[in-house]
Amino acid sequence: MSAIAGGPAETYLSHESTIASWLLTRDHKRIALLFFASITAFFFVGGAAATLIRLNLVEPSGQLLGADLYNRMFTMHGIVMVWFFLIPSIPTTLGNFLIPLMIGARDLAFPRLNLASWYVFNISGMIALYFIIAGGVDTGWTFYTPYSTLFSNSHVIAAAFAVFVNGFSSFMTALNFVVTIHRLRAPGMTWFRLPLFVWAHYATSLIFILGTPVIAITLLLAGLERMFHMGFFNPAYGGDPILFQHLFWFYSHPAVYIMILPAMGVISEIIPTFARKPIFGYDFIAASSIGIAVIGFIVWAHHMFLTGQSTYSALAFSFLTFLVAVPSAVKVFNWTATLYKGSISFDTPMLYALGFIGLFTIGGLTGLFLACLGLDIHLHDTYFVVAHFHYIMVGGAIMGYLGGIHFWWPKITGRLYPEYLARIAAITLFVGFNLTFFPQFILGFLGMPRRYHNYPPEYQVLNVMSTAGASILALGYLLPMIYLSWSMRYGKVAGKNPWPATGLEWTTDSPPLTENFHETPVVDWEPYDFLHRPELGLLGATSKKPVPAHGDD
Amino acid sequence: MHRTGELYGQFQTLEQQKESATLGMWVFLITEILFFGGLFMAYTVNRHAFPTAFGVSGNMLDLNLGFFNTIVLIASSFTMAMSVWSAQTSRKKAVPAWLIATLILGSAFLGIKVVEYKQKFDHHLIPGYHFDITYCSNNPGACGLSGKELDDEKKEIKEGIEAEANEAKKRGAPNPEEVGLTALNAHAQLYFSLYFGMTGLHALHMIIGAGLLLWLIFEGLKGRFDANYNTPVENIGLYWHFVDIVWIFLFPLLYLINRHLA
Amino acid sequence: MSEHSEHIVSPKIYATILAALLVGTVVTVYAAKIDLGRWNIVLALTIAVTKMTLVILFFMHGKYSARRTKLIIASGFFWLAIMLVLTLADYTTRHAEPSRSQLCPVPALTAPASAAASV
Repeated sequence: MSAIAGGPAETYLSHESTIASWLLTRDHKRIALLFFASITAFFFVGGAAATLIRLNLVEPSGQLLGADLYNRMFTMHGIVMVWFFLIPSIPTTLGNFLIPLMIGARDLAFPRLNLASWYVFNISGMIALYFIIAGGVDTGWTFYTPYSTLFSNSHVIAAAFAVFVNGFSSFMTALNFVVTIHRLRAPGMTWFRLPLFVWAHYATSLIFILGTPVIAITLLLAGLERMFHMGFFNPAYGGDPILFQHLFWFYSHPAVYIMILPAMGVISEIIPTFARKPIFGYDFIAASSIGIAVIGFIVWAHHMFLTGQSTYSALAFSFLTFLVAVPSAVKVFNWTATLYKGSISFDTPMLYALGFIGLFTIGGLTGLFLACLGLDIHLHDTYFVVAHFHYIMVGGAIMGYLGGIHFWWPKITGRLYPEYLARIAAITLFVGFNLTFFPQFILGFLGMPRRYHNYPPEYQVLNVMSTAGASILALGYLLPMIYLSWSMRYGKVAGKNPWPATGLEWTTDSPPLTENFHETPVVDWEPYDFLHRPELGLLGATSKKPVPAHGDD
Repeated sequence: MHRTGELYGQFQTLEQQKESATLGMWVFLITEILFFGGLFMAYTVNRHAFPTAFGVSGNMLDLNLGFFNTIVLIASSFTMAMSVWSAQTSRKKAVPAWLIATLILGSAFLGIKVVEYKQKFDHHLIPGYHFDITYCSNNPGACGLSGKELDDEKKEIKEGIEAEANEAKKRGAPNPEEVGLTALNAHAQLYFSLYFGMTGLHALHMIIGAGLLLWLIFEGLKGRFDANYNTPVENIGLYWHFVDIVWIFLFPLLYLINRHLA
Repeated sequence: MSEHSEHIVSPKIYATILAALLVGTVVTVYAAKIDLGRWNIVLALTIAVTKMTLVILFFMHGKYSARRTKLIIASGFFWLAIMLVLTLADYTTRHAEPSRSQLCPVPALTAPASAAASV
């Protein structure tokens, strides 16, 4: 790609343009784009499964797919969306791209490890595509034993192996982040001057490092049991299937925090920028990221309330689950307080961020319902749970991801996206999302179970509503793909700091040099400080308050 | 492969680069703690549930070989540490010498593991495959058992069957006397699944370690490592010590469960 | 902050640790042959933990490492402890309270007129 007319002369994009220079790159920015391509491809795969699921559920008999194919479809949707889209999404794309820029470093600590992580991800993706094409798995993304190890007639081992390999990619990235954040910060960039995006990724990396190995060993044991008839979870040998669930959820619950924490980091960057105020309670938001990471590890058995675990254990986990809501709530309160008396502008990233706050809050609150033992007896394995986690994963994480892509798009590509169209897309997504998933809360409350291809006819209206919403949601996803691609060629040239925002990444070119900075920056300002940075040109001629943000307007 | 002590672009100083590499290795080892940890979890839960079967099964392992292997591995950790010291003090010739010693000791460990695994196969102790905990006491010639050893094992199995029958009765099984042996065999297979899982995973890590050692020896023979540059020796050393630590726990947990019957 | 790049552990210390580890191994084998009831496992694990600590502190230079490294090592074990403790919290309390059927046997369905119909 040649240099952008009117933009910087030499950028990481124009540096070298052979295929080899991309496939063998050590530049974290290029690797971020490589990851972006991979996970977008998998998003389509998971999305296709979702489409078929919703189409099947339009009609109560569920004959479009039938029972067996439906099982394989929701399993594929779960596995692909969780491990091949959501978990890598923000960390490998925005995280990879921005962390060195935000801390003033030239690259991550281990660039070759970064590239290796992408290759390992793709290898795991190939294995996943194999099991999908070969006929899929019907165990659910949770691989519960003894069905998965003894009875399922599907490609369990291939699927487990795909996830196992994927885990290596995960923790390689996380290891890179941890060492980078500890050792490669620019002079003056102390821990408490770090952008909250970096804090969020640090906390996420801790979860990756401590949790991923456990799913690896769990799936390895399940695979060994299936292949060699060893007996870890097999009741015939005295093994306990619930042990599998303990080990599985020890990782998979913190995994959901892996999926949400980076998005929260994005929101913490967007809100101050478009409210023109320093973030309220920086220390608390940083601490709450670590808090979520830590407490997130001690709540896993709330997925197992109905399995036959001891009542005392269930009580303990229920209490701890209530506790984990506290740091999340701290963040929501602080974001809201940041908005108070701010100079707010409703640019696209801000629309996504505001949507995040609302939808994440709904998702989080419904999680508390599920944490109540008595309520969970009725709600477990119903659509209430499905709606709960989609509110957080889609209404939260994906909106954070899209908001981040829009916010940093000028930095990554040097172009501005078309603002008017982007706002329409954001609103479309919001409407489509709510129409898809809010009826599912009601369905679950009324008793419709999840993971069934058919349902009693009285649930049809709500299901049709949900499918209709899904079509609008799909449009909300397609529109950004179209206009963002368009903007790479035809968008307005962005300049270093179009919003403007206060982070270190905005002090360098858009797109940045391969080495990120012309010279190593020295940091002597506090984060999100809009008032004491005259060079950003934020203060109007007469007003003491910063003027609202502007992008392409 | 970069030249000795070359500074990479993303680092400001060689010291920062070295410290980052070591930090990275420690973070990786933490993932390994949790990786093996899952197996230790499975072991703990199942030993808590079936102490009798675990005791009987543990005694099927050859204590002498296990003890010898533990000594060998600890010694290899020493030789590994000595090779790091040699590099730090620029004793370039000693570095590969100590590494070769480490590799020899590690290979001895693996060789004995092969012997042990073959023994399990011969004694019908592979879970899910002709498993029979009474094979050796019924066919002492095939297992090389005789005299007091044979009597002890027969007694142990008999007591094991009784204990399992009692447990079955407590759980309300309709025919406890019949299920005693079946239950013992079933729970013993659980033990041996864990045995092969844990020692197998450990052996795999040792094989990888041996590969890394080979590379280090190759580089060390070229005189690559000295006081200015010894990061790979140190970091691979960390990995090797970790694998040793895992065995330090595997040995008592697998071999020494109920030896006081002997 | 430099780690241990200046600190070189002497072979004498390594040899001492080696001796300690070997002694520990011998002790653990002999202790296993004595019947101490449930203290056998406690003793075996104590010796194992001690040996592990010696390896980490001296062979792996943990003693001479930066604070952040020590914190990272400790957190690995702490997390393993979380897994063990909380999972065992389930397994060890499973039969702590008797199930309903043991407290009040469900009445036979063939006696509908019985006053004790609901449990």
